[in-house]
Amino acid sequence: MMRLKLVPKNTSWNFFSRSKVWIGLSIILVVLSLISFFVQSLNFGIDFRGGTSIRTESSEPINVAAYRSALSSLDLGDITISEVFDPSFEADQNVAMIRIQAQPGQEAATSILVENSLQNLKGVSEDIKFVSVESVGPKVSGELIKTAIIAVILAISAVLFYIWIRFEWQFAVGAISALIHDVILTIGIFSLLQIKFDLAIIAAILTIVGYSLNDTVVVFDRVRENLRKFKKRSLIEVMNLSINETMSRTVMTSVTTLLALISLFVLGGDVIRGFVFAMIWGVVVGTYSSIFIASAILLWTGVKRDWTKPNAEAGTQVPQ
Amino acid sequence: MLQIALWKRFIIWILCAGGLLLALPNAFYSRVETFNDAKLLNETSDKWPSFLPSSLVNLGLDLRGGAHLLAEVQVSDVYEQRMAALWPDIRDILRAERDKVGTIRLQKGKLDELRIKLSNPNEIDTGINLLKTLAKPVSSVGSIGKLDLDFIGEDDEIIVRLSDAERRATDNRTMQQALEIIRRRIDEVGTREPTIQRQGSDRVLIQVPGIGSASELKQLIGTTAQLTFQPVIAARVNSESLAGSGQELLPALDDPSEFYLLDAGAVVTGEELVDAQPSFDQNGRPAVNFRFNPSGARKFGDYTAENIGNPFAIVLDNEVISAPTIQSHIPGGSGIITGSFTIEESTELAILLRAGALPAGLTFLEERTIGPELGADSIQAGKVACIVAFGAVLLFMAASYGLFGLFANLALLINVGLIFGLLSGIGATLTLPGIAGIVLTIGMAVDANVLIFERIREELVSAKGPARAIELGYEKAMSAILDANITTFIAAVILFVMGSGPVRGFSITLGLGIITSVFTAIFVTRLLVVMWFERRRPKTIEV
Repeated sequence: MMRLKLVPKNTSWNFFSRSKVWIGLSIILVVLSLISFFVQSLNFGIDFRGGTSIRTESSEPINVAAYRSALSSLDLGDITISEVFDPSFEADQNVAMIRIQAQPGQEAATSILVENSLQNLKGVSEDIKFVSVESVGPKVSGELIKTAIIAVILAISAVLFYIWIRFEWQFAVGAISALIHDVILTIGIFSLLQIKFDLAIIAAILTIVGYSLNDTVVVFDRVRENLRKFKKRSLIEVMNLSINETMSRTVMTSVTTLLALISLFVLGGDVIRGFVFAMIWGVVVGTYSSIFIASAILLWTGVKRDWTKPNAEAGTQVPQ
Repeated sequence: MLQIALWKRFIIWILCAGGLLLALPNAFYSRVETFNDAKLLNETSDKWPSFLPSSLVNLGLDLRGGAHLLAEVQVSDVYEQRMAALWPDIRDILRAERDKVGTIRLQKGKLDELRIKLSNPNEIDTGINLLKTLAKPVSSVGSIGKLDLDFIGEDDEIIVRLSDAERRATDNRTMQQALEIIRRRIDEVGTREPTIQRQGSDRVLIQVPGIGSASELKQLIGTTAQLTFQPVIAARVNSESLAGSGQELLPALDDPSEFYLLDAGAVVTGEELVDAQPSFDQNGRPAVNFRFNPSGARKFGDYTAENIGNPFAIVLDNEVISAPTIQSHIPGGSGIITGSFTIEESTELAILLRAGALPAGLTFLEERTIGPELGADSIQAGKVACIVAFGAVLLFMAASYGLFGLFANLALLINVGLIFGLLSGIGATLTLPGIAGIVLTIGMAVDANVLIFERIREELVSAKGPARAIELGYEKAMSAILDANITTFIAAVILFVMGSGPVRGFSITLGLGIITSVFTAIFVTRLLVVMWFERRRPKTIEV
């Protein structure tokens, strides 16, 4: 029977021959991400900086300048208007997102603000309607930022703890470096491209944390097994063998996950596109980092080779 | 050899069938919804057989459309009301002992405390001892033996405020009352499944599907219909008139440039109101009839008896609706509010009065309106994406693993069914990110199978025969499967605990997806493979 094979049988690629190049590349990307983050920050959505976000729909084409001047008389401070495109829209469905800064002295937007904006915009485009209005006061947005940061830190530490219990500390260091690498690169791409960063993106980042670990753990699990099996071989040999053995699985899983995510990216509508983008990016970066970062760091820290005494903490498999 | 005990097979199939049965109503969503609505009204409907489960996956606001509000209850408002109400009693007690404590004056200052200046500062302690008779024990668990008022002497002033224990007890009561009133007001309009939840110490989360906008919802609940009946000191004055302590200056509802000078202590408040109905006055204009409870009726009766010929103000939300002159003693405790209302306004006012006054003001911290069209679009887009993702993954698995790929595909179908079954079973809410979680699960669920199949391939190379290879494949892949899924599960749990709204919806589908995918990979595909193997007994297998 014919089989689709993405990875040839019995590969023996050397993943560490250029490990300095990969590590170097990752360092450059991490630095770029950090620079972008500190220079232009993130395009925070209203979840994190407060304010009001209105999604409008009208049958007439969007005229951003006209919208802006219609709203300017309301004296609302900083306003961002952008047109939204999606293949699923009807021909006469023109969608725009309007973001209004948090109004001084107020928590969530007043009904008057929304009503006035609607009236003014009706002057530009008669059949305009607001399909969604979301408003977050500064008090809540401050709390949301705090909760989000705590959630990410908590997730990373919980996972660090789990790996440390299940493996050795060197494995945990490798896995966490890969994780932090993935999180920084994700924040970096959102900062670089100024994609809206809201609460859903935090959910995506936490999923990336889970996914990236998934990959790393599978590789490490095999490394641990092979270390017991091939006591005489060098660490680099064992690791190369392990990555090659799990390569086919890594690629298969990444491809099925990407297939699902890409269909969601294309067909799932613009509301969750940013969220799905973060996950696609995370899957790609997570797969890369589990092979080139996590493993390289494990190789670099070295690992205990003496498996003669079964270590109750290190795993459930008895050496064979 | 490959063997699975009969009772294990039985349990596996029972679990699958049970999960799929729970998921079944979702395939006929609108039918089951009509059926459930009918059941709520104690009617019967033939849209859905009643022996089948009928719980559905709740759709979140982002999919169904509706309004979401996060409100903070200004619990300290109540302290101010309590203090204002206490002042007349304090005044009476101290005045009765004027010979000792001298003249008294209420100082202006913070609203949640009273500062009383005595002209005879040496008698502060006497004053405090006199006032202590006003303090009552706090009526709440954990504060037994504590009193509700604190009295502090400071130079020539006595400061009266609520004690900490009483503040806590009051906050609790205020929150319960606010929740109850919001619930009643929303129930008055009768919408499907509103969520009204207390969050933290002083917040209320309100989600109402199907309502047009958050503004509408706010109008319904946010209007603090604070009704009071207050003595009038001077009618029709201008805004420059100065209110003395214990007095307040309020505008008239029909003409904001006219003001009334009122005694701040209310004779009766809306809390003592038991009924309010829209009606018409003797001139045929819309009005609202109301009735007090016995204690309110007594106070109202006593006051009207003593003040015949004096005007008296009906105040709603700090505006004077009307200030009729008391014509006669009104003993029965019922009366009528007239003013320049339209019929709609009188109806709304009656609803607001009947539902009771909110005990304190609300500040809205967060509000979201999602139009039903946007929600419907999102569901549609999500469905299409799910189907395409599903198809792509099924094809890809079949192409890569042949027959074993088909086993995995069957397990994947069961898996998605189980997710929906569990979501309905536990009454979880499906949100847009939740749909993304399902799509992600479709992609990742095959991971466990991939791990197993790859392992079987490797074991086949060592040529131990197909049965042994399959057995070893499952056995050796297990540790990687568990480690990989537990780590993702940790992330899902943290999202669930820390997240809210849509994000929490995502964590639920992700977490359930992990559980069901591990179950289907370890038990269902294995059972399928074993059943196939037992029938065919192949000499060689290809994975």
